[in-house]
Amino acid sequence: MKKKLLSTLLASTMVAGMLAGCGSSSDSAAPAATQAPAAATEAATEAPAAATEAATEAATEAPAADEGKVLNIQCWNEEFINRLTDHYPGYEANDASDPTKGGKIGDVEVKFTITPSDDNAYQNNLDTILPENANASADDKVDIFLMEADYALKYVNSDVTMNLADLGIDADKDLGDQFQYTKDIVTDATGNLKGASWQACSAGLIYNRAAAKEVLGSDDPADVQEAVKDWDTFNATAAKLKEKGYTITSSVNDTYRVYSNNVSAPWVQDGKVVIDDNIKKWADDSKALLDAGETNNYELWSDDWNKGFYPDGKVFCYFGPAWLINFSMAPDQDGSIAKDGGWGFCVGPQSFYWGGTWIAAAAGTDNPTLVKDVILTMTTDQDVLKEIVEKDYDCVNSKSLLTSLAADDSFGLPVLGGQNPYGELEKGAENVDMSNISDYDQGCNEEFQTAMKGFFDGNYKTYDDAVAAFNKAIVEKYPELTTD
Amino acid sequence: MEKKENGASVHVRRVIAYIVLILLSFLCLVWFYILFVNATRSHQELTRGFRAYPSTHAFENWFNLMHSSQPVVTGLVNSLVIAALSAFLCTYFSTMTAYAIHAYRFKLRKFAYTFILAVMMIPTQVTALGFIQLMTKMHLMDSFIPLVIPSIAAPATFFYMKQYMDSVLSISLVEAARIDGSGEFHTFNSIVLPLMKPAVAVQAIFTFVASWNNYFTPALILHDDNKKTLPILIAQLRGADFLKFDMGQVYMMIAFSIFPVIIVYLVLSRNIVGGVTLGGVKE
Amino acid sequence: MKKTSKVVEYNKWGYIFLIPFTVVYAIFQLIPLISTIYNSFFENFRSGLKQIGPNFIGFANYAKILSDGDLWKYMGNTMIMWIIGFVPQILVSLLLAAWFTDPSLRLKCQQFFKTVIYLPNLIMASAFAMLFFTLFADSGPVNSILIQMGILEKPFSFMSSVTATRCLVGLMNFLMWFGNTTILLMAGMMGIDQSLFEAAEVDGATAGQIFRKVTLPLLRPILVYVMITSLIGGLQMFDVPQILTNGSGDPARSTLTMIMWLNKHLYSKNFGMGGALSVLLFLVTGVLSIAVFKMTGTNTDK
Repeated sequence: MKKKLLSTLLASTMVAGMLAGCGSSSDSAAPAATQAPAAATEAATEAPAAATEAATEAATEAPAADEGKVLNIQCWNEEFINRLTDHYPGYEANDASDPTKGGKIGDVEVKFTITPSDDNAYQNNLDTILPENANASADDKVDIFLMEADYALKYVNSDVTMNLADLGIDADKDLGDQFQYTKDIVTDATGNLKGASWQACSAGLIYNRAAAKEVLGSDDPADVQEAVKDWDTFNATAAKLKEKGYTITSSVNDTYRVYSNNVSAPWVQDGKVVIDDNIKKWADDSKALLDAGETNNYELWSDDWNKGFYPDGKVFCYFGPAWLINFSMAPDQDGSIAKDGGWGFCVGPQSFYWGGTWIAAAAGTDNPTLVKDVILTMTTDQDVLKEIVEKDYDCVNSKSLLTSLAADDSFGLPVLGGQNPYGELEKGAENVDMSNISDYDQGCNEEFQTAMKGFFDGNYKTYDDAVAAFNKAIVEKYPELTTD
Repeated sequence: MEKKENGASVHVRRVIAYIVLILLSFLCLVWFYILFVNATRSHQELTRGFRAYPSTHAFENWFNLMHSSQPVVTGLVNSLVIAALSAFLCTYFSTMTAYAIHAYRFKLRKFAYTFILAVMMIPTQVTALGFIQLMTKMHLMDSFIPLVIPSIAAPATFFYMKQYMDSVLSISLVEAARIDGSGEFHTFNSIVLPLMKPAVAVQAIFTFVASWNNYFTPALILHDDNKKTLPILIAQLRGADFLKFDMGQVYMMIAFSIFPVIIVYLVLSRNIVGGVTLGGVKE
Repeated sequence: MKKTSKVVEYNKWGYIFLIPFTVVYAIFQLIPLISTIYNSFFENFRSGLKQIGPNFIGFANYAKILSDGDLWKYMGNTMIMWIIGFVPQILVSLLLAAWFTDPSLRLKCQQFFKTVIYLPNLIMASAFAMLFFTLFADSGPVNSILIQMGILEKPFSFMSSVTATRCLVGLMNFLMWFGNTTILLMAGMMGIDQSLFEAAEVDGATAGQIFRKVTLPLLRPILVYVMITSLIGGLQMFDVPQILTNGSGDPARSTLTMIMWLNKHLYSKNFGMGGALSVLLFLVTGVLSIAVFKMTGTNTDK
């Protein structure tokens, strides 16, 4: 209690000082907030440690005076909760063992609402509450919500999401170090940026080094890349792998994202669903691979799909970003390839990304200053981002940081046998082009894969039957769309 | 001669009956045995194929489940509360409705009876759309009320109660009570209900189970994590996202939603099954 | 004079006792039903954050549903899966109920068997479906066991086979409901006057004859009840296939039931189409129920 009092006291003096220093009028609190870490460092030189902490708090506390008392954050899992709890300067969790219980930033109570994304529940929830946000009572107003790329445009292209410029964030100046594709995903039809991400989940091909040695004669990323450099070469390599008993991928669904990230036009054009050539190519290639027994048709994340994480699974490669490498390939299980550092990383046939969480400000928020600070701190602050890399292994959305990581041998990943993937990841992120996304990507991608599974399994006799089923499902999901 | 033959055929029939019963029992139980075994295995053991004996990771899976983002304990409590309240309201008021039709000769009696029988055919799902709209307007979303109160009007339970009442409740009994000066409501509570006990027991179980199992309506009404019932949590588990977590935990969660019921059931089974069969023995 | 007025006075209690049912039914069923029907004549859906309608479009929703043939397909799916489960359910239940109530058989451990066969009924359908989903996964325990026993060489993909998935749904429905049906039928059988059986036995009737000539006809009311509730339950089939296939009704929409289809419309907040579909479901349920009622009725009338 005493400590708290002290810090509040210190806080107010610090704020006063900073405000005076800034000397500008209305939005002076905002820059003060964003400069929090810097201020903290300065303070550290002249004040004891306690004061440093106080200063950080002070800076973020400042806006609370005339703004909302509760920062409501809508999310679908604990990822962002953990990032904010672990890395946001001055954040105090209410219950250290359970971050979902929320916490405090200065005087502002931070409340998380988790709605799982299954069955579209998360979006249904947003669809209900966001349009009503302006009328909600002050403590219930949504301030921040998180989005995934697959459906981000739906919110970005509506007025429930605040323009970052209106928060005082300059897309070019403040977010200049971020990758373009991460901005494409949250740019509305008229070019306004409406969200930001701390992650750049560019991805690549993660190959089984032992299999590469056995079949291709080398496990060097450059040599392997040569064998998978485009889809035709990739498919030819699949045949070679089969001779040695390997499947090239664990499932046809592994490659779907790679194809679908490289389409020439959006899914929906003038209210009509159009199947892109590259998507059709995925179906054709996949069918051919399956018929040749060179891959399987498992659901992603299923037990069967996971089998290739162990040598006995005889899977040549997976497609994925840094988080897949670090967390999802059973690195803590004895006997897994990951534990023995047996994976390698290269770009693969086409560049793509997988995952990422975008932070957006809800229109009607009563904490604009704090929201702005959260967005800027979490997605641009170099110290925070570096901490995130070190602690959480996220591939962060900062060109300069990735460049420096790529050059630093200590960032080699154990799972990859010490290989440092950051250079490839950065290159990948630069190449990802997400200008062809549409509001309907999530539904279209899901339903297309579902329909094609029926085709691959032989439950639909022809590709056209499967497309007909796809069209049906799309109209169920989005009654306003038309199909062929 | 004849007696002997008869005895032999009874013997053969008995053996067949035992074989069939044992097979069916196996078919009923084997899934839960596999579930039990798998809930004690670690994810890694599970990926290596099935073994018929339990392993040592039960506590670990339990710990992970309790510390996962799935609010399973709250879910269990919510399910219990909703199912118990529904069972109580449903049986009490269905008996009352049946009694109204059975014991009184009022003008709209025939119409009411036909009407209730007719609406028995309407599945709750076909009114779900209007139901959600109305509940939204009444600000009852995320509340237990739309899941509990409607069980007061349960035509199927009413039908069963009416059938049973026809066979056990003679009007003379009610008239005798009237002569003793018992009020109608009192008669219903103190004479009719006790008489209906076996039927009430059967229907209370059925209603409890139906409500406990119900996924459709709660999934449309409950969105707040702390209000969700177990079936909703299980359905979320089925979403692909959760499968990347550990399968030991997945089995443990299924076990968590299944085994408490099994244990309670086994403890009470004598009463439950006995009570259910009793339903037919009236006199 | 006095007596009649007293009876009339008593009879007003009929209305009083009907109040709870009537009020609750009106609020939670009737109003929703009417508003569902009302909705079916409108184009009214939400797409993401955009609200389209409501615009009055008459019977266009119905025309759309009936013209593209999907309704019949999903109704077929529903009925197929219901029959796969119901036929063995009613046969096994009749058999077991007859055995359990047959005094000459004197089966031991009756309590145990009854307890066991009733057990699956208490299992939450969604948890049961989730369990089957994991058990019958390509690398799940069932495949693993079959391979270890040498029956299969490589895993059989249950969830990719139309027949296998439908049979799994049928199997689950069977397991969940045959115990329940057995006990209901037993209750019915035990309600039959024992002297009838004794008389038949004295006349030299075999167990099979007694079952056909005495038990079945007397069981008619309870059989009708079981069939109607099971049919209505079957038409509402949702939880099991929904969870088993994660709502997709795969493979190739062959396990998509009518309610799952309705659920899809409700989830995409397409109230117009959802309303029309609800009304059609309502009609289908009604027709089928009446048909079963009539069928079982006339059959045993003679």
